[in-house]
Amino acid sequence: MTEPILATQGLSRRFGGLTAAASVAIELHRGRLHALLGPNGAGKTTLLNLLSGELRASAGTIRYKGRDITHLSPDRRARIGIGRSYQKTNIFPAFSAFENTRLAAQARFPRAAHLFSDALAYAPVCDAARRALESTGLLESAGRIAATLGHGEQRQLELAMVLATAPEILLLDEPLAGMGAEEAGRMVGLLRALAPEHAILLVEHDMDAVFALADTITVMVNGQVLESGPPAQIRASAAVREAYLGDGALP
Amino acid sequence: MTRGGIALSGALLLTCLFPFVAATFYTELATKVMILAIFALSLDLLVGYTGLVSFGHAAYFGVGAYALGLLAPKYEAANLWLTLPAAVLFAGLAALAVGALVVRVKGIYFIMVTLAFAQMFYFVFHDTKFGRGSDGISINVKPVAAIGSLVPFDLGNSTHVYFLILAALVGVFVFLRLLLRSPFGRALQGICSNEQRMRSLGFPVYRYKLASFAIAGALAGLAGYLSALQFGFVNPELLSWHQSGNVLLMLILGGLGTLYGAVVGAFAFVAMEEIFSSLTTHWQLLLGATIIALVLALPGGLASVKNRFRRTLVGETDVD
Repeated sequence: MTEPILATQGLSRRFGGLTAAASVAIELHRGRLHALLGPNGAGKTTLLNLLSGELRASAGTIRYKGRDITHLSPDRRARIGIGRSYQKTNIFPAFSAFENTRLAAQARFPRAAHLFSDALAYAPVCDAARRALESTGLLESAGRIAATLGHGEQRQLELAMVLATAPEILLLDEPLAGMGAEEAGRMVGLLRALAPEHAILLVEHDMDAVFALADTITVMVNGQVLESGPPAQIRASAAVREAYLGDGALP
Repeated sequence: MTRGGIALSGALLLTCLFPFVAATFYTELATKVMILAIFALSLDLLVGYTGLVSFGHAAYFGVGAYALGLLAPKYEAANLWLTLPAAVLFAGLAALAVGALVVRVKGIYFIMVTLAFAQMFYFVFHDTKFGRGSDGISINVKPVAAIGSLVPFDLGNSTHVYFLILAALVGVFVFLRLLLRSPFGRALQGICSNEQRMRSLGFPVYRYKLASFAIAGALAGLAGYLSALQFGFVNPELLSWHQSGNVLLMLILGGLGTLYGAVVGAFAFVAMEEIFSSLTTHWQLLLGATIIALVLALPGGLASVKNRFRRTLVGETDVD
């Protein structure tokens, strides 16, 4: 087994008396898609927030490429290659789709702080933005104001923005939520295409998509990891069936 | 040339002709408007483009003004080319120091701490020997614009001062235009729109906000310096919260997040002040009521009139 690109140990987060994440150990590998399942309130989004740095860990460590990043700020984590998307679309609604991704791409380029050059004249950033729009199928909508895009397109833009930052790790919070069948199909195709070059942690309620895409599935209940393993193992697990999925829910 | 370009050139041409046809009083009034326009533009960078509502922006205007008051020798003329950059630098440094503490704070708390710092600055000048107390400082000898033995213009001549300040206004306008289309400026606008997402994309939001706060402070300092230059006098009222409130009103009146809105707002504010105060001694009541009516009728400020007009005429959308 190769060295994981990201690994947590004993990662915990308490809110007062509530333990939203209890001693979670999880590993992400480049080229592998790791799916996170669990009922609402199981701590999936909390775990994503801990990994992206938006929440501080109460205990435990996060290592990225062998380096302890437990106390790194969210923007530093993003700059070293940990990108995330949000369950609730989180974009710049008044900007064009292109500007949304261009800003995202700008975050990774050192020239970003230049005061008087024209932002649109800096080709590497604009190209990265265009590639991100293209890979998510949004290139034709590049000039449209993000707020006027349809829900599905905004979900695509949400992902395009993460891709524009050229991350090595993708933390994706329900990218298929609210999508029509056709859009969801395209998104599954895109995730499959992204998997070889990235380490992906996918939170998703669409079971068909999860079992079709995942190399590893971790099931969380009440902030704890109930079981983790390849899809076949999760599908066969009595504990998972009992605690979460209910009989016959697995595809 | 675009329609906006023609309108802008026309306005600039009229502004250049103005001091040759207007009485000195009006030239000086227009000079005051332009100084306030620079002040409002500086605040627009913060409020309109970074999303930081500062209620203490007069502090940096005051620092710029006091820089001239304190640097000017008592019986000799100060040099414009030395004191002006110093004033801008001091105001920028003051804003950098305050900003380092306040830009961590959000929303209503940000408004309150900027106000609190401005009040501190006010009392530093009001209550200390250093600031010469509530009477302020008279700048007895007009500064000179000498470069060696060459004196390109006369700061005692109100037409010359008018053009110096017009040049400063155009300079600040162009500076902000360039800044806002740069990667830095676009990041500020991203922060204004969705700060949390900017952070998660990898932007060090604190540093961007701090830079914006310091630049806005430096530009306010420029406006303050020019004001001290024009009036030959500084006092603590320049830093008062009334002054901070007035410049916010100008901005809201003109339209947040548009550069020409800040200029239009400063003009409209002074025009209303002049007109109403010539009508009645209770002019502030009238001014307040008019501003409320205008803000209710035009939520986007006076700068939005153009778009509204066009929309009703041809049914165009807001998207320019």
